[in-house]
Amino acid sequence: MRRLLYLLPVVLFVAVAAYFVLALRPGRDPQLLPSALINKPAPSFALAGLSGSDGLRLDALKGQVMLVNFFASWCEPCRDEHSVLMQLAKDGQIALYGIAYKDKPEDAQQFLKRLGDPYRGIGLDESGRTAIDFGVYGVPETYVIDKEGRIRLRHVGPLTEADVARELLPLLKELAHS
Amino acid sequence: MRTLLALALLISLGAVAFAVEPSERLADPALEARARALSGQLRCLVCQNESIDESAAPLAHDLRVLLRERIAAGDSDAQAVKFITDRYGDFVLLKPPVEPATYVLWFGPIGVLVIAAGGGLVYLRRRKTLAPAPAPLTDAEKKRLEGLMRESER
Repeated sequence: MRRLLYLLPVVLFVAVAAYFVLALRPGRDPQLLPSALINKPAPSFALAGLSGSDGLRLDALKGQVMLVNFFASWCEPCRDEHSVLMQLAKDGQIALYGIAYKDKPEDAQQFLKRLGDPYRGIGLDESGRTAIDFGVYGVPETYVIDKEGRIRLRHVGPLTEADVARELLPLLKELAHS
Repeated sequence: MRTLLALALLISLGAVAFAVEPSERLADPALEARARALSGQLRCLVCQNESIDESAAPLAHDLRVLLRERIAAGDSDAQAVKFITDRYGDFVLLKPPVEPATYVLWFGPIGVLVIAAGGGLVYLRRRKTLAPAPAPLTDAEKKRLEGLMRESER
């Protein structure tokens, strides 16, 4: 019994050390935040569209598995991400919608003209309120919304091909069959 | 020298100035005071170690304005804060709430202190019983000690 007591500091040390190793392991970004809205209904939005196209209303989109991508023409990582989005939308299987965060309509238009438009629909969030409703804290961010309209995944920062293969496609497949 | 002083004063003034812009303030001083107090407790998600009251980030500005809108619309402090945590989670609270997930955070240090104090107490007690006070000096030893003391005084 006494011997076990002597082991207590060692056990405590190992527990604390394990916590630090987990929290500081390479590849984990401590600035990434979990979404408060996982498995909760996506916040409703009704946004104006770019000139010459319809706006974006969540109610009109419900009933399908979809991706909602917050982007901005002024956002450098969004440019990095754009080719991945184009690739994703190439075969037209994935319902990808864009919300332009605090962007001027003409700038967003120009951005998509130059780099291509992967979105099925685009909404303008000039005030940034829709982004706040989603808990966005920096563009780009991408959300997966299921058929019932609940948020199932949030990806903070630019999507890479690895992210798409590892987390996005498996989830989309699973949700499509559920 | 005077310009140097003026410069130092300017820099220190800059340090105490808050990010709240005049246009953001509510007309009612009581409501504004509540908004200031609340925004000091909310984390800016862009800078993460500043409150939205101190941060110049655009998102912090938006959240300050939003908070003031809620308060002006008649929200209580708790309702206004809940509006933000519903969207951004408890992480926005600079002071985390006391709940099962944060028990270790809140009570861990006290727990460690109690364990250490308990261990220390047991150790001190055991030392007392294990090592009895040494026997008093014999007469011969006393004499020798006195002799040594005298010698060292000389």
